[in-house]
Amino acid sequence: MTTSEKILAVSHLKVSYDSIHAVDDITFDVGRGEIVTLIGANGAGKSSILRAISGVIPYSGSITYSGKDLKNIDADKIVAAGIAHVPEGRGIFGNLTVMENLKLATWQRKDKEKMKKDFENVFSLFPRLKERRKQQSGMLSGGEQQMLAVGRALMSDAQMLLLDEPSMGLSPVLVRDIFKIIQDINAAGKTILLVEQNANMSLHIASRGYVLETGRIVLSGTGRELTGNPRIKEAYLGG
Amino acid sequence: MAYIFQQILNALQLGSIYALIALGYTMVYGILTMINFAHGDLFMVGAFFCFLLAAYLHLSFVPTLLLSMIGVAFLGVIIERLAYKPLRRAPRVSAIITALGVGLFLENFTLALSPYPKHIPQLLENVTWTVGSISISSLQVLIIVLSLILMLILDFIVQRTKAGMAMRAISWDKTIVPLMGVPVNKIISLTFAIGTGLGGAAGVMYGLAYPVIDPYMGIMVGWKAFICAVVGGIGNIRGAMIGGFILGTVEIMVGAFFPSTYRDFVAFTLLLILLIVRPYGILGKPQPQKV
Repeated sequence: MTTSEKILAVSHLKVSYDSIHAVDDITFDVGRGEIVTLIGANGAGKSSILRAISGVIPYSGSITYSGKDLKNIDADKIVAAGIAHVPEGRGIFGNLTVMENLKLATWQRKDKEKMKKDFENVFSLFPRLKERRKQQSGMLSGGEQQMLAVGRALMSDAQMLLLDEPSMGLSPVLVRDIFKIIQDINAAGKTILLVEQNANMSLHIASRGYVLETGRIVLSGTGRELTGNPRIKEAYLGG
Repeated sequence: MAYIFQQILNALQLGSIYALIALGYTMVYGILTMINFAHGDLFMVGAFFCFLLAAYLHLSFVPTLLLSMIGVAFLGVIIERLAYKPLRRAPRVSAIITALGVGLFLENFTLALSPYPKHIPQLLENVTWTVGSISISSLQVLIIVLSLILMLILDFIVQRTKAGMAMRAISWDKTIVPLMGVPVNKIISLTFAIGTGLGGAAGVMYGLAYPVIDPYMGIMVGWKAFICAVVGGIGNIRGAMIGGFILGTVEIMVGAFFPSTYRDFVAFTLLLILLIVRPYGILGKPQPQKV
């Protein structure tokens, strides 16, 4: 277990759509500077957890960030509080240019000087985005769109990143790249909550993980413990 | 030749009014995929604000125009908050029926206050210049130039400002925009304010050109402007401007060469043909299938 300070605490979280319980009484936490991963099959409730944290769907239970209850805070203010959500499917605005996508994510910021530095930082992390900054982002490849999605989260200057299936639809080489970037971003000080179907890669880089099945946590432990667990090996790591 | 040129001027005048109104339909559709069928009646309210300010407060043209625009914009924002926002997750037809209801409310509310047609006082001295056999009125020039200026300002806001960027992002995918830290409801209100404010400006200009106003004046003009927005490609701002000028031109040209009773019949037939050829409108694109 971690000794670092809890930055995000989710307790007894429940999310329902109509009468279906997508998330059923889930409690977990993320420490400052950690990479924590939620793994599980499609429909296990992973994305719903992230959507609840970022305030775009109603829920019961409590979510606190840096000791602050997020329940009645609007989604745009949650970004200002320090949480950036990179949604499933990347959520790029294809009718905006690359630069406009990045600028939009700075909506809550006023620190012009630091913003300038963050733009340089994002462009040095993703040189492709710099080359294509004036292009319509709908023209980007899948990998470039994923980079843009992460770049946007960095431009919002959030301390914590929620990443929803960043490896989805990418080639194995790009998947390795994106996981390397996640590690780099984490090393630079960002806390990361990573939702993945690719259990192998995500447990490999995560300090801790939680395994979800039909809206409940069925297992938790350090990345190493979980990769060694025979049940996980069988169900998620291909034997 | 001179006759044609004269008609082109008339077409520009009518077209710019249609274009201003069509912008309101297309902007609201762009961010909410909803047709605000009360928009034509907001245009009518703009003409009545103009009447009230000019006849009772004796304001001059510029404050009348600005206050009418602000008044209608304010009304548009209130309507969105009270009538449309609670229905955002409801089936689309509910929102459309509500919009029609809001339109009827505005017509009948105005009718209750003002059962007889009103005459807007002359706000500006109308000078007519004669060049050869063409006569150009200063009012005509004013309407065309002012409409173009308003459209340029709108284009600047949408294409070059941060708020405009947010509007475009909302039109692409409303669900992702809050994750960028953008307050979506504020941007929706701003869009309503701008769209209905332009409709209010159109009401003032229409009232100056055709000074007898009544509570039902917005119905036909509103339908026509809606058709302009569809012809241009609903949701597309430049399309709405083009659609407005096309309908204005067609109507004036039909009126110039055929008996005037044929005007709407011929105009709408042409527009129907255009929609058969280009079902998504002139600048519209088929909605990309989202995976």
